[in-house]
Amino acid sequence: MNRADTLALILDGQTLQVPAGITVAAALAQRPPGCSRVSVSGEKRAPFCGMGICHECSVLINGRRQLACQTLCANDMRVDTGTEAAT
Amino acid sequence: MTPPESSAATCDVLIVGAGPAGLAAALAAAPSGARIVVLDDNPRPGGQLWRHGPCARPPQAAERMLKALEGQANVGIQGATRVLGPVAGEGGAQALLLENPERGWTQHFKTLILCTGARERLLPFPGWTLPGVTGAGGLQALIKGGLPVRGQRIVIAGSGPLLLAAAATARAHGAQIVCVAEQAPLKSLAAFAAHLPRWPGKAWQALTLLEPRLCTSSHVIAAHGQDQLSAVTLQRNGRQIQLDCERLACGFGLVPNVALGQMLGCEVGVNAHGEQVLNTDQWQRTSLPGILAAGECTGFGGGERAQAQGRIAGHVAVGQMSAAGRQAPERRRWERFAALLHRHFSMDPHLKSLPEAGTLVCRCEDVPHAQMQAHADWTMAKMHTRCGMGACQGRICGTAAQFLYGWTPPTPRWPLVPARLSTLAGQFDPDDPP
Repeated sequence: MNRADTLALILDGQTLQVPAGITVAAALAQRPPGCSRVSVSGEKRAPFCGMGICHECSVLINGRRQLACQTLCANDMRVDTGTEAAT
Repeated sequence: MTPPESSAATCDVLIVGAGPAGLAAALAAAPSGARIVVLDDNPRPGGQLWRHGPCARPPQAAERMLKALEGQANVGIQGATRVLGPVAGEGGAQALLLENPERGWTQHFKTLILCTGARERLLPFPGWTLPGVTGAGGLQALIKGGLPVRGQRIVIAGSGPLLLAAAATARAHGAQIVCVAEQAPLKSLAAFAAHLPRWPGKAWQALTLLEPRLCTSSHVIAAHGQDQLSAVTLQRNGRQIQLDCERLACGFGLVPNVALGQMLGCEVGVNAHGEQVLNTDQWQRTSLPGILAAGECTGFGGGERAQAQGRIAGHVAVGQMSAAGRQAPERRRWERFAALLHRHFSMDPHLKSLPEAGTLVCRCEDVPHAQMQAHADWTMAKMHTRCGMGACQGRICGTAAQFLYGWTPPTPRWPLVPARLSTLAGQFDPDDPP
């Protein structure tokens, strides 16, 4: 059971407790440095423009590609960045 | 209002963008009883200026407007909804293809009000792709979305009042602001500040020149770090200094979002400040019948100007021309303020020399400055390097290339944002394949 003011999502297979109401981009930062994707030349990237323009924070949310900065966290949400596999 | 179950929906007035302009337009048009739909790609209404969340309350004016709109049965605000582009509507009219995280649908309308706002101008410099480097307004937006910054050392750099607003937000959330590097000289900022008493109550006043860490005639040189940011080199008072920090927030003013209007066929022009904007007449009408525009997509000018324009557009959309006309003096007043902003935060051409040969300019396709620079224009560069062909569709690098190389920004292509195949497939009748 979660407390009312937090929720649990699954980030790259690991359960993460986050405050309710925050964006997925903010949740990523709880795992520093908060990477969201690996670029075409292999650089790790993190949310950049913060307002849905740059697509650096594009992640898989429940299997669908979405922008982390424009998505609110939800209980049991599955977020996959693919940045863990690159290490 | 939840999105419709069928793959099409209709309304009288469709407003794209739930920031100050879009909300003001909705509120002005609502008493007419017209069916109004307001869309935004963010999950919550408010736009960049009134962005709010669990960690940030909206300003009182915004809260009042949102409450007033909630009480209107004929107004629906749909968040997390992206516009993919225009599609054929009924009787030769245009409609918009929309998508939210669950589904896609076609939205028909009688009148469209474009309140698509502005984005930050983000310029490349060595290290700008490192995790820890964000836009300035970008950092503010991320913090309002819950990004933790308590105890972090933050350098803010670039140009414009947004830097000061970002510093104030970060400090309020427990960050340590190491430096705010404004590229404009002190005399410009002082001249700007000297005019501010003519706009009483303006939020900018509280910010300008009161920022203790403000350095003028200063700009970023490079961000350093292995897998994440650890330090920043700044040009300050004529010499280079290195500062340790966890975050660097860099923004160089705002760029109007004209892509949707441009794709619909609305006339795009260059205003007196050199910005690419949607052209509008005194009624906020674009060059196309039934399509109006208000707010930052018609030129950078701040929230008050956006609201005045939004109210005019909202009244005009429901045929209330005299009510719209009464808003004109207010709009004129804030247009003068916009001119002031532009005059005092003009960009130092030296910023064009920030990227080094290997600095990536296109962050989606990882195209370095040297490869971009070798071409004569955007089209040639795109053909040979793939710049602008990634997910952001050149919104970041096209804007940077305009400043760095003087290239005409790319024309938007359908769909405006990456879309799901199921949404696009819904466009086609299976019995009548295209």
